[in-house]
Amino acid sequence: MFLIYCPYCEELREEPEFHAKGQAHIARPQDPEACSDEEWGDYLFFRDNPRGIHHELWVHAIGCRKFFNITRNTVSYEILETYKMGEQPTITAESLSRDDKTADGVQVADGGQQTVGASDSAVNFVRGAKV
Amino acid sequence: MQRYSGFGLVKHALSHHENWERQWRNPTPKKQYDVIIIGGGGHGLATAYYLAKEHGVKNVAVLEKGWLGGGNTARNTTIVRSNYLWDESAALYEHSMKLWEGLSRDINYNVMFSQRGVLNLGHTLQDMRDIQRRVNANRLNGIDGEVLDTRGVQEIVPILDCSTRARYPVLGASWQPRAGVARHDAVAWGYARAADAQGVDLLQNTEVTGFKIRDGQVYGVHTNRGDIEARTIGCVTAGNSGVLAKMAGFRLPLESHPLQALVSEPLKPVLDTVVMSNQVHGYISQSDKGDLVIGAGIDGYNGYGQRGSYPTVEHTLQAIVEMFPIFSRVRMNRQWGGIVDTCPDACPILSKTPVKGLFFNCGWGTGGFKATPGSGHVFAASLAKGEMHPIAAPFSIDRFHSGALIDEHGAAGVAH
Repeated sequence: MFLIYCPYCEELREEPEFHAKGQAHIARPQDPEACSDEEWGDYLFFRDNPRGIHHELWVHAIGCRKFFNITRNTVSYEILETYKMGEQPTITAESLSRDDKTADGVQVADGGQQTVGASDSAVNFVRGAKV
Repeated sequence: MQRYSGFGLVKHALSHHENWERQWRNPTPKKQYDVIIIGGGGHGLATAYYLAKEHGVKNVAVLEKGWLGGGNTARNTTIVRSNYLWDESAALYEHSMKLWEGLSRDINYNVMFSQRGVLNLGHTLQDMRDIQRRVNANRLNGIDGEVLDTRGVQEIVPILDCSTRARYPVLGASWQPRAGVARHDAVAWGYARAADAQGVDLLQNTEVTGFKIRDGQVYGVHTNRGDIEARTIGCVTAGNSGVLAKMAGFRLPLESHPLQALVSEPLKPVLDTVVMSNQVHGYISQSDKGDLVIGAGIDGYNGYGQRGSYPTVEHTLQAIVEMFPIFSRVRMNRQWGGIVDTCPDACPILSKTPVKGLFFNCGWGTGGFKATPGSGHVFAASLAKGEMHPIAAPFSIDRFHSGALIDEHGAAGVAH
């Protein structure tokens, strides 16, 4: 069972109070009508699915009901940090590989929090958009 | 291959069962194959078997990073059914069901396929409407199915709480008599033995660490046992599909989640069918050994750890006890998790990829075991011809850009 630090309640609470909502920092295209099918499909469906460091959106569903972000290792399940909406992670796969702290067999997810689509065009499309 | 038979059993009894031949070889990797299958689970082994048997492609290697059938094939709750709503998925799962019905004879291996029927319970009026719609759709697709009322359900499962006192009273169910269970390990071993007999090399402890790609065409893989070349590669790696896609340089619309299951201590025979409930969210059957085999939903977060959280175990058992108060004091014996690769529309991906020659068979999520023969059969045909088999074609990765999703969420009585 996870003990999760809610950055809004500022306390450690038990896992059943929370819901995981998938990959964090996915920017909605600023002009959806202008998206190609590839860009829109990438935004809706394609996800980083890293074996290792993952930035994900959670909601404190039966607590303060606010959304926030968690950086977590998807192999060891260790929670590395939690941070509020609008903030950026201080721990990323890149920062850990620089410090050579990645566990054996853990894949480094490239792009981290800013990759949005499967195609380069989709990534370029939302680059610069505020998350 | 030494054929298994009753006569053989008697013959080997005379020599104290000491002279059975090994079920498959343990070959050293060749430098080159016609086709490489990555992933030695049920689907991968079935693919290799049908490639060799039906398409004459015998120069095939199956690369498995651990041991054969050690992933989700060994971790599921063994339920087999084909009562899916949409035409595309009904065709795929019914194709599989027909293969199940002749499988033990085909591969000369007793997979203990037991057509004991599956009930999908309805607890609300909307459940019952959905069940009627799905059973009608099934019948139009030539799949057996009946809608039962409460009394009909109670007759099939006397120990189910069908009283009006239940928090979620049972209003009825869909019933597929041809559905049932199979012995999951035997499916992997049976396909492995049959594929090996056709000349397929099963390479265990062989982990793919990268792809060799030139001008957008795959021509081999890097492994921990050296490079192996092939211009057609089928990737059948379930929860690790995203990791392999990343090695090949593209992403998939998949998220890997832990899915847990548990078994109880062995009991006398008490439940002779499979009971699933979407509403209270659990499913249960009893194995020949006597233990109750129980499963429910995935853990909500992404994970590769082959284990899940206790709140999910608690939720699972709450659902079982809600349906079967008689099991409230049964003790659980073992609990484990597998990594399932879930798709946004709860349907698999059988598809070409942006890399020529590289095919993916993944995204089966929580329901891949039942599809093992059919998945292998159509994927083998696709690899042999270089074009997707007509049954597999709708499951292309393109559907996530075209919007032609096959939305089986809930509609199929999938308890997730």
